[in-house]
Amino acid sequence: MNPALNTAVNAGMAPVATPWFFYVLAGLAVASGVAVITRRNAVHSALALIVTLLSVAGLYLMLYAPFVAGVQIIVYAGGIMVLFLFVIMLVNVERASKDRRFNRIWPVGLAAACALLALFGSALVKGKTVLTDPVTGKALWPDPIGKLAEGSNTQQIAAMLYGEAGKMGQYTFAFEIASLLLLVAILGAVIMTKKKI
Amino acid sequence: MAEITTLHYLVVAAALFVLGVIGVLTRRNVVIVLMSIELILNAVNLNLVAFSRMWGNLHGQLFAVFIVVDAAAEAAAGLGILIAFFRNKETINVDEIDLLKW
Repeated sequence: MNPALNTAVNAGMAPVATPWFFYVLAGLAVASGVAVITRRNAVHSALALIVTLLSVAGLYLMLYAPFVAGVQIIVYAGGIMVLFLFVIMLVNVERASKDRRFNRIWPVGLAAACALLALFGSALVKGKTVLTDPVTGKALWPDPIGKLAEGSNTQQIAAMLYGEAGKMGQYTFAFEIASLLLLVAILGAVIMTKKKI
Repeated sequence: MAEITTLHYLVVAAALFVLGVIGVLTRRNVVIVLMSIELILNAVNLNLVAFSRMWGNLHGQLFAVFIVVDAAAEAAAGLGILIAFFRNKETINVDEIDLLKW
């Protein structure tokens, strides 16, 4: 991000992040999230989930996280959802789409989810009003929004992930562990899906 | 309209999280249960990125990237299990997956 834009943002004149955009993206994300869990046909659910993922990517852009937004679109909407669609095609959709959609005990699940929503609501309200920093006495939450880091977002993420100037970054070790996790997931998927090994 | 604060993002993330929980707890189709887990992970990611913006550093975004890696691994392994199960029992309904129940 260039310095002029950065100062403009920190001065409160956010150029892209208009509230209108936020409400449209958030409404789209939640509405298609509802579609994901209510559609009878699994393919429709997958398409609704793609809309949710793209709206969340838009929200990342509004939060000045272009790298995460790109990863979201390429890896999630491009990679993982194609995997999901493949599997939906492999297992038979025909029978599944005529079946009952919900468990017999769905009221219990719905009640548990409502309790969770109430918990979140009370946590948000309490956190907004009660939580203060024990040292400075200032509210921990969440405004004013912090300053943006100087420099390019992707470059800084790369420096933290891979290190710079010959030194290991803060997250280099975690990055290597993540690649190991992906290797194990690939092997596991191949071994479980193969008929005879 | 008022300025968009971190709280707004947290409310959206809470809504997505609860939708994912409802999907996991009530749907019968395993594929849709796995998609609901993706919804939950997205809600967490949105929280992390919003807090990263709030504090003005990038650690939250790094965490979000690692969670995307984790989601990819989970989807691959989960769908592998699903295909192996479908080959054996010809069903993908949660309440018919009861081989370990008795």
